[in-house]
Amino acid sequence: MDIDALNAARAPKRIEDETHAIVVKDLDLYYGQKQALKKVTMNIAKKKATAFIGPSGCGKSTLLRCFNRMNDLVDGCRVEGQLKLEGKNIYDKDVDISALRRNVGMVFQKPNPFPKSIYENVAYGMRLAGISKKSVLDETVEWALKGAALWEEVKDRLDDSALGLSGGQQQRLVIARAVAIKPQVLLMDEPCSALDPISTLKVEELINELKKEFTIVIVTHNMQQAARVSDYTAFMYVGDLIEFGNTDKLFTRPEKKQTEDYITGKYG
Amino acid sequence: MSETQALDLTAKNTQTVGTYIKSGQPYVWLTAAAISVSFIVTVALLCLTAARGMPHFWPSDLLRAEYVEPGQAPVPLLVELVDSEEVSSARLKSAGVTLTDEKPFHSRDLVKVANRDLYGADFRYLLDDWVSNRSYPADAVTLERTEWGNFHGFIVGVKQDGKLIAEGDQVWAAYLPLQRRANELREKLHELEGGEIGNINYGLEQVRLDGRRLAIDGKTPETAPEAFQKLAERKADFEAQYEKVRSGLAAIKTDMRRDALLLKTVDGQEKELALSDIVRAYRPNEMGLFAKTSLYFAKLWEFVSAEPREANTEGGIFPAIFGTVMMVLLMSVFVTPFGILAALYLREYAKQGPVTQVIRIAVNNLAGVPSIVYGMFGLGFFVYFLGGNIDKILYAESLPAPTFGTPGILWASLTLAILTLPVVIVATEEGLARIPRSIREASLSLGATKAETLWKIVLPMASPAMMTGLILAIARAAGEVAPLMLVGVVKLAPSLPLDGNFPFVHLERKFMHLGFHIYDVGFQSPNVEAARPLVYATSFLLVLVIILLNISAIRIRNRLREKYKALEG
Repeated sequence: MDIDALNAARAPKRIEDETHAIVVKDLDLYYGQKQALKKVTMNIAKKKATAFIGPSGCGKSTLLRCFNRMNDLVDGCRVEGQLKLEGKNIYDKDVDISALRRNVGMVFQKPNPFPKSIYENVAYGMRLAGISKKSVLDETVEWALKGAALWEEVKDRLDDSALGLSGGQQQRLVIARAVAIKPQVLLMDEPCSALDPISTLKVEELINELKKEFTIVIVTHNMQQAARVSDYTAFMYVGDLIEFGNTDKLFTRPEKKQTEDYITGKYG
Repeated sequence: MSETQALDLTAKNTQTVGTYIKSGQPYVWLTAAAISVSFIVTVALLCLTAARGMPHFWPSDLLRAEYVEPGQAPVPLLVELVDSEEVSSARLKSAGVTLTDEKPFHSRDLVKVANRDLYGADFRYLLDDWVSNRSYPADAVTLERTEWGNFHGFIVGVKQDGKLIAEGDQVWAAYLPLQRRANELREKLHELEGGEIGNINYGLEQVRLDGRRLAIDGKTPETAPEAFQKLAERKADFEAQYEKVRSGLAAIKTDMRRDALLLKTVDGQEKELALSDIVRAYRPNEMGLFAKTSLYFAKLWEFVSAEPREANTEGGIFPAIFGTVMMVLLMSVFVTPFGILAALYLREYAKQGPVTQVIRIAVNNLAGVPSIVYGMFGLGFFVYFLGGNIDKILYAESLPAPTFGTPGILWASLTLAILTLPVVIVATEEGLARIPRSIREASLSLGATKAETLWKIVLPMASPAMMTGLILAIARAAGEVAPLMLVGVVKLAPSLPLDGNFPFVHLERKFMHLGFHIYDVGFQSPNVEAARPLVYATSFLLVLVIILLNISAIRIRNRLREKYKALEG
């Protein structure tokens, strides 16, 4: 076998060589007068997990919330620049936000199931999309719950309230809820910050499974977690994207001084 | 080296006022006292109204006695003892009573003598010292009559078609079955008048209105002979029906007048009374506890289920209960959607800023406007303006007699809906504000629009708060009287706002209300003593109705709460 080809296969893959699900170009974001994101340019690889790390208030959640236009809900928030999903700028005027959000799912910091049954939680997005056929719903709910590694725990009590589940189960339930409508991209905003270590482990395993099918973008405070689950990592600092690249490389041989200081714990 | 000094944790100076206050004990006592006082006051209110109102229905014994005022001939009496009090001699003297002894206090009895048609008044005061020869004759009888209040006396004989059929000891046995028959006939008559005759009257009124409508449209028998022909046919049809019913009616009426009682009062006056004028008769002195108890509940049932008689001082208060409940339910139907929509806009859609703040303050202030002002508004806007215009457009044929341009249950409910609107808006707004942002974001992130999120997630979760608003609204509306006097409540409504005549719900009708009933019976009735216990009984019932309405609303709310209980943390 050709030794060069083998080396190339072993070598960390570069982001430029991937297919890109999301292309961000010169993205500026303002909250009123305050600029929260400064000329962010990055590409998110398809069917890979990308992690955003950085100290509190660095804009990583804000950037994540640009991907499904959740920032639209904030009064006085203004976005400039381009953010293309599969080639389409999602900040164009003709974009149907509901359709966008169906394609870009989101999991939040704290588990936020609806006060409905487990089944209805997972079926909620499908019902919104107009799917009402019982067999399709049943099938997809099962598929999503299995995908979120929750099926075995809840299959006998699908009609019970989702609020009766533990925190970790609730978080996997909302992941199932997001997955059920089969989005292209799954955004996760510190999905494990409210969970205990065992639940965290389960969700991390789940992320490793899910990235076979979905493009995953995850914001995390926990650098070990970023190292464990992501293929690419972006380090942000006060609205700037400092460094972005292959996770292994970023954690072992960071190019920028600021990145190195952060991952070695000099600040943050 | 000395040993480490032990930490001293024993309490010091436990006796000073400062440490006592700091310990928190006084606050526990203070808060406990506050809740106790509120609780005791509420219970006392219920107990007082119940204790004063409920004994009214108990069949009292009839006391036969002689009343001897100094220097006057003895007067025979047959009375119910109502109340007894100690009165100072000075007060009695100043009232013009000539006292013969020097006791500082005399006990004075309030007694019901009944026989208003003979004595002029139902009640009188007696000085207990002057009452002598007391006895409780077994054959003394209390008659409840349809007119003139109760009758106290003795039955001498029973007459049928003017002939005496029973006398002496047999009268009571002969009388009872005849009274049952008379009551059945009265009920039949009532049904006939309310049902068939009511329908015919309603139909005839419709024919008259249709005729007027034709006239308003400029049609005459020459230009539209067919229409007028049809009207005449309908009219003849109703009149034929009426003739048929009327003969039946007349038969029942004569039938009812067949039997009569020959009565004697204790002072020897004789009186003949048709059984059709008697509601019920009983001999309280020979009744046992069980018989009295069953009669008590029969009278209590009559009170809540029958219509009032004799300027509301006799009979029941069913129309008032019905009117109160229906008005409150209608009010809920109006206020809930309206208040929720307003709150939704204010909290969810309106841009938060000084303008919304001003609106919010204005809404809160509305809750403090005196209710009579709402009554004025209801009268001016709803009754005269809205109702007047509805009449002009839809009911022109019955003018000048107004249909909606006069106070009625619809306008009363709407007025109260406006009055309670601030409560519902404020409660709903608070409920909406409590729904966590994360839940809304979850729904939005799944592709729901804002409206879908509101409708499917936020509103159901806020429903317990809306029910809280509704509970407060009901509590306020059910007890409100002042504005209702302007927009629809009357002393005596001839028919309920809900009956068997098409279209069954008559929102334009006036109605009776428990709160107004209390005012009317208590303060507008000529027969003060007869009205007093009824005021208490009606108050007690009004409180019960409000409690019942509230309990049902609270149960619904608790169910919703259980279903949509908010996320922990």
